[in-house]
Amino acid sequence: MTGATKPLNPRGTKYERADFPVFEFPVVGKARYNYTTGEALGRFLAGLKDGRILGTYCNKCGRVFVPPRMYCSYCFREVDGWVEVRDEGVVVTAVMSYISATRARLEKPVAVGVIKLDVPGRTFDDHFFPGLMHYICGATEDDVKSMRIFGARVKAKWKPPEQRTGSITDIECFEVVRP
Amino acid sequence: MKVGIVGVGWFGFQPEVVDYSFREMMFKAAQRAYQDAGGLDPRSDVDAFVSCQEDFWEGIAISDEFAPDPVGGAMKSVYTVTGDGLQCVGQAYMMIKSGLFDVVVVESHAKPSDIVTLNDVMFFATDPISVRPLSLENIHALAALEARAYMDKFNVSEEHLDAVVEKAHKAGSKNPRAVYASPGRSRPDTPVVADPLREADIAKFVDAAVVVVLASERVAKSFNDTPVWVAGAWWSTEISSLELHDWAFPLHAREAADGAYTQAKIADPAKEIGFAEVDNRYSFKELQHIEALRLAPRGMAGELLADGAFCPGGRLPVNLSGGALAEGVPFEVHGLARLSYAVAVMRGDIKAQVDRREAAVVHSWRGVPTTTSTVAVLRI
Repeated sequence: MTGATKPLNPRGTKYERADFPVFEFPVVGKARYNYTTGEALGRFLAGLKDGRILGTYCNKCGRVFVPPRMYCSYCFREVDGWVEVRDEGVVVTAVMSYISATRARLEKPVAVGVIKLDVPGRTFDDHFFPGLMHYICGATEDDVKSMRIFGARVKAKWKPPEQRTGSITDIECFEVVRP
Repeated sequence: MKVGIVGVGWFGFQPEVVDYSFREMMFKAAQRAYQDAGGLDPRSDVDAFVSCQEDFWEGIAISDEFAPDPVGGAMKSVYTVTGDGLQCVGQAYMMIKSGLFDVVVVESHAKPSDIVTLNDVMFFATDPISVRPLSLENIHALAALEARAYMDKFNVSEEHLDAVVEKAHKAGSKNPRAVYASPGRSRPDTPVVADPLREADIAKFVDAAVVVVLASERVAKSFNDTPVWVAGAWWSTEISSLELHDWAFPLHAREAADGAYTQAKIADPAKEIGFAEVDNRYSFKELQHIEALRLAPRGMAGELLADGAFCPGGRLPVNLSGGALAEGVPFEVHGLARLSYAVAVMRGDIKAQVDRREAAVVHSWRGVPTTTSTVAVLRI
């Protein structure tokens, strides 16, 4: 270390020229958790293993919760029951992602979106609806970037039953349904 | 403007609540608190919500976002304080005192059973440069260092710790939510964890949620005929570097107590306070906190406790609930656990062996490696 010197550029010093006193220690400590799913999400995950998407509903306001809650957030009361929603719906919003979870550049970009799921006999506006965030497959980069994908019908592409573990990833992606 | 506690609800207090998520525990505790507050509707009757939690306990970053909806606070004014639940009571106290809020809900929840690497997570709270690289094997060693310093300076013996443990388990056996109470547990027979602390000196962890409804004097009686008034609430943090804090005496607890007593106009706590619920997550801490709260002179709590002064039915009962040694430590819920028990005793919901239940003091510490305490004075 040479110690701090007057910046070469009075408007700012490029970081490679700066002399930051950074201390590095071996990483101490690991944070590991085992989240309790609870009644609502526990049953939801069990449903996914069976290839079904389950939600809960509140009779007071008519909302359907997917992912489910055992209470209605809006009415503050216990929900009235369970409903199986369809494994298809429409894309509400979607983006192309070019980086991975660790920010490494992906070889092939992926589409991520939010899907409003169909519930037989019920309709929902775009403010509050039963839905999932998931990968979207079968769409081109241009379909997503041009936003033509918005409103498109998609259907869950499930993993084979023997590979399912009771996880949101039991659905591989939501695949665009070609008319 | 007085501030009253008009509703209390709790859920859990089990070593592991396996059937319900933290959200569901919050919801259930909230339902009970609102029922206790005369069937209050959180969607229309509450002005603001405050949640006391800490991201590393949750295993969720920005866990504030998870606070509102389980307690009826979705799309309403909610904020989170990274601290003990009793600090949230302090927030509510200030908000109501300001005159801007009439009804404030306080919430805290904990699921230690969800944390696989609890010791490691607790070490995240130590200084990353001066302490953490030491890689101490056991976080309780930090408490043991305080215990030794205190015991040496004030001539406290292991027999005094035996008495604290015995009292906690005996009192706790009458507290239905004190899952760890085991009357007859003999401290000297348990193994040493970090000298002088034995297994029986260290409270275990517990899953729990507590919700408390506070209201201004103006509206309190419309929710509850028997409000318990918060006469003072104060908190204090000594210093962030353990090396620089007082190892022998919890100055933060003293400072918090003096602040709360001043607000409550209590001049002689040992005479004016009827009973106390204090932090005893380590046995010696009960003695320290009794002294810090001026319920006994420094260095005298051990002898007085052994003589029965702080036992149920004694001169000034401390931890009629058994405290954390009997109930367990539900992370930041701890202060609300102490508070909710005191409120139930004051209202007469719990028939406890106490002569004077019109004024109580409640204390919580955030545990090692913190130097933070909160104290509230309650009156009926």
